[in-house]
Amino acid sequence: MRHQIRVEVNGKSHEREVEARQLLVHFLRDELRLTGTNVGCETSLCGACTVWMDGKAVKSCTQLAVQADGCSVTTIEGMKQGDTFHPVQEAFWECHGLQCGYCTPGMIMAAGALLKENPSPSEAEIRQSLKGNLCRCTGYQNIVKAIAHAAQGGAQ
Amino acid sequence: MSGVLGSSIRRREDPALITGSGKYTDDFTLPNMAVAGIVRSPYAHAKVVGIDTRAAAALPGVVAVYTAKDVEASGIPGTIPTAWLLPDIKTPEHPILAKEFVRFSGAAVAVVVAEDRYIAADAMELVEVDYEPLPAVTDPREATQEGAVQIFEEAPNNISFDWELGDEAKAAEAFDHAPRKVELRLRNNRLIPHAIEPRAALADFDESSGKLTLRLTSQNPHVHRLLMSLASVGLPEHKMRIIAPEVGGGFGSKIHHYADEAIVSFCSMQLHRPVKWTATRSETNLTDAHGRDHVSIAELAMDDEGKILGLRATTWAAMGAYISTFAPAVPTYLYGTLLSGQYDIPAIHIHVYGTFTTTAPVDAYRGAGRPEATFLVERLVDLGARECGLDPAEFRRRNFVAPDNFPYQTQVALAYDSGNYEPALDLALDKIGYADLRRQQAERRNGGGKLLGIGLASYIEACGLAPSAVVGSLGAQAGLWESSTVRVHPTGSVTVFTGSSTQGQGHETTFAQIVAEKLGIDMDQVEVVHGDTDQVQFGMGTYGSRSAAVGGSALAEGLDKVIEKGRKIAAHLLEAAEEDVVFEDNNFSVRGVPDSQTGWGDVVLQAYLAHNLPEGIEPGLEFTTFYDPSNFVYPFGTHICVVEIDPETGKVEIARYLAVDDCGNVINPMIVDGQIHGGVVQGIGQALWEECVYDEHGQLLTGTLLDYAIPRAHNLPHLELDRTVTPCPHNPLGVKGIGEAGSIASPAAVTNAVVDALSHLGVRHLDMPLTPEKVWRAIQDSSQEGRS
Repeated sequence: MRHQIRVEVNGKSHEREVEARQLLVHFLRDELRLTGTNVGCETSLCGACTVWMDGKAVKSCTQLAVQADGCSVTTIEGMKQGDTFHPVQEAFWECHGLQCGYCTPGMIMAAGALLKENPSPSEAEIRQSLKGNLCRCTGYQNIVKAIAHAAQGGAQ
Repeated sequence: MSGVLGSSIRRREDPALITGSGKYTDDFTLPNMAVAGIVRSPYAHAKVVGIDTRAAAALPGVVAVYTAKDVEASGIPGTIPTAWLLPDIKTPEHPILAKEFVRFSGAAVAVVVAEDRYIAADAMELVEVDYEPLPAVTDPREATQEGAVQIFEEAPNNISFDWELGDEAKAAEAFDHAPRKVELRLRNNRLIPHAIEPRAALADFDESSGKLTLRLTSQNPHVHRLLMSLASVGLPEHKMRIIAPEVGGGFGSKIHHYADEAIVSFCSMQLHRPVKWTATRSETNLTDAHGRDHVSIAELAMDDEGKILGLRATTWAAMGAYISTFAPAVPTYLYGTLLSGQYDIPAIHIHVYGTFTTTAPVDAYRGAGRPEATFLVERLVDLGARECGLDPAEFRRRNFVAPDNFPYQTQVALAYDSGNYEPALDLALDKIGYADLRRQQAERRNGGGKLLGIGLASYIEACGLAPSAVVGSLGAQAGLWESSTVRVHPTGSVTVFTGSSTQGQGHETTFAQIVAEKLGIDMDQVEVVHGDTDQVQFGMGTYGSRSAAVGGSALAEGLDKVIEKGRKIAAHLLEAAEEDVVFEDNNFSVRGVPDSQTGWGDVVLQAYLAHNLPEGIEPGLEFTTFYDPSNFVYPFGTHICVVEIDPETGKVEIARYLAVDDCGNVINPMIVDGQIHGGVVQGIGQALWEECVYDEHGQLLTGTLLDYAIPRAHNLPHLELDRTVTPCPHNPLGVKGIGEAGSIASPAAVTNAVVDALSHLGVRHLDMPLTPEKVWRAIQDSSQEGRS
């Protein structure tokens, strides 16, 4: 059975007919061709697929597209404003917070969500906030550094 | 730009990766593309009695369903080869789709091709496979014992190879006369690599040209092309193009040739449409080549002053159900040869059995053999220190190869080119405040509360793989040189092509730094191309911490050739003798005649205009270089881990972790530090949490990230880093490798720390992972022994 949904993604409204079982991440990747959101585990354990749904960080691999009906979704592609990187993006670049980059979109979305709630987190708070996001390259050290750096820079 | 080399320049790779515009294999969608789903065996070992694909094929949206019979009928070779052969090794046929038997849970049995991934998933459920289950064996030593199920007729006792190195008689002699000896029985835990990007392949066979284009999660696209051409797909190399786009981590797991990429290539060749397959995390766990999985018995012999007299060991190394691409090299030439560690050991003997088990294949995983060797040596050294009543730092110091003893010929084939081990140890001891920590430890033991443990690991690795003639004599079916092409464009900007492709190590930045430094041009004037067999001359890829040492050296030599030709042209233009022309700051000038000079741009342009070239000089400015190293490189260092253990729960917390590494000259300190961070944490994962577990039926119990614990940010400390610099004497950049060092040192450092914390209770050794339960039981057992 297919369902009509309307989802705002990165400020643009999309109307589509989707299967009830289609995952939000597949809607973003396959239907909208927004491939910046990656799939790492399909079980919400790795966090590579983290996006914002109505401003809150969610794992898009365990959300159905139909659940996003009427919602506003922000993906990594929506973070850069014109020529200006989001402060968290800039900080990840500055602090070498990424290597292979596969977990990075999810990390940036998770970090952005953290800083909205807690603009000046401690190192322990940053580490706790990353519990749901796995990185296999960096040992997290420079991710933590990048988030602290973004916070000091006054990330919104 | 001079001063570029050695600078923490931020990565040019990153703008694409932080905005989501970087393209990984699964991000590509081609017109008319279909999606493949691979039906896998639920049994570890079974006879395949029959496969009924009719219901699956009849499902609307299904394009095709194939089994081994279809592969055979197509005439492609259809097998997965082994690229490293040892004497008398057994490498039984490994078909891309199972024929009569399946030999590990997850083995590919059939493939469904459908219009989308959801239909493929439905159709996979409809493929009926009739299995007759057979017994499983998952332990590498038990597999060789009487009564174990025979996995292949041609491999009696499930032994693929039986390999020795060193002088057995000399070692026996040392042990016979040694006043002090220690024995260690250990299991080096099986690991799942877990690159966060699952493996994926997108095959596009073009019927009119007969050419296959394959986008693949590959660490070495040319090696994949060669192996696929020879053994699995069977197309000639000039009719295959393999592209490794962005690759989301590899750690060894994307070196190997897997059945999956051959299966989708086969599907595309049959259907004449693009076909994509992307692993789920569960498939990744079931089928990515695993790492480690050794069972060892090891001994160390010493005199009364704590001087090591001999080391010997027997190791049973799991190979899994088939011999993967480079698997035989891992527990032999990347393991046995490292058993001298940083120490002057006069007698060593190692005996390794590579054994078949009904599990996923085992192959190179970050460090590949060297973490296993370091773990064995560094655990033995700690036990030896204890036996001799010496502090572990002092015991190490007494046995280090002396700085004036280089090059040092070990008893296990390698000749260490350079090293200076004591300063790294001293720096580490000083930075961690070793003496003070030992005082604290004694106080804690008297005062109760959390137990404190301090663990050292002084490691060496042989990397920068590798001199081709040497590895050829050791069984490699390929040379391990690297190539570069330096193409200077008429307007002076440069494109370089390297055979060493990246999975996050930052080659594009590092290599551009080398070019900018050598030519004195801005980094923006340099493009680095990699990971595409149609663009890049042949290359061997990225693994074995080889990219800077071998790939970088190939590039440095290519740049020297460019400069040399430039000097000839400049000398002609300046009407000076060639030997008087110097190249500095992007300028050619005549020595001692400051006014007589010509810029880089003029010389380059003249090379292409060719209006006024010296006699015998061809137009153009481009060189391809194949650099074959004369030796491995030998990074080393000392890591110290400080742990606190709650005796009530057995929980281990890493209070501090300090790494002092020596990787020779450093091109980009920020990137080098990042490599150490990642490696150390992967090794901490092995030491404390990670273990791939099969049950007695060969079922994978750690099939998801719920069951297999990889490190997360909140259970790690802030790592402290420092370095010493002992340049490599035999490559043009003086660099060594750093990609694997962290994962080589940290399992031993962490385990030594935990055992150290418990040593006063009589604990001698614990196998990784050091879970709270295991540590708690050790504490309980020792206190019960104390009471009885």
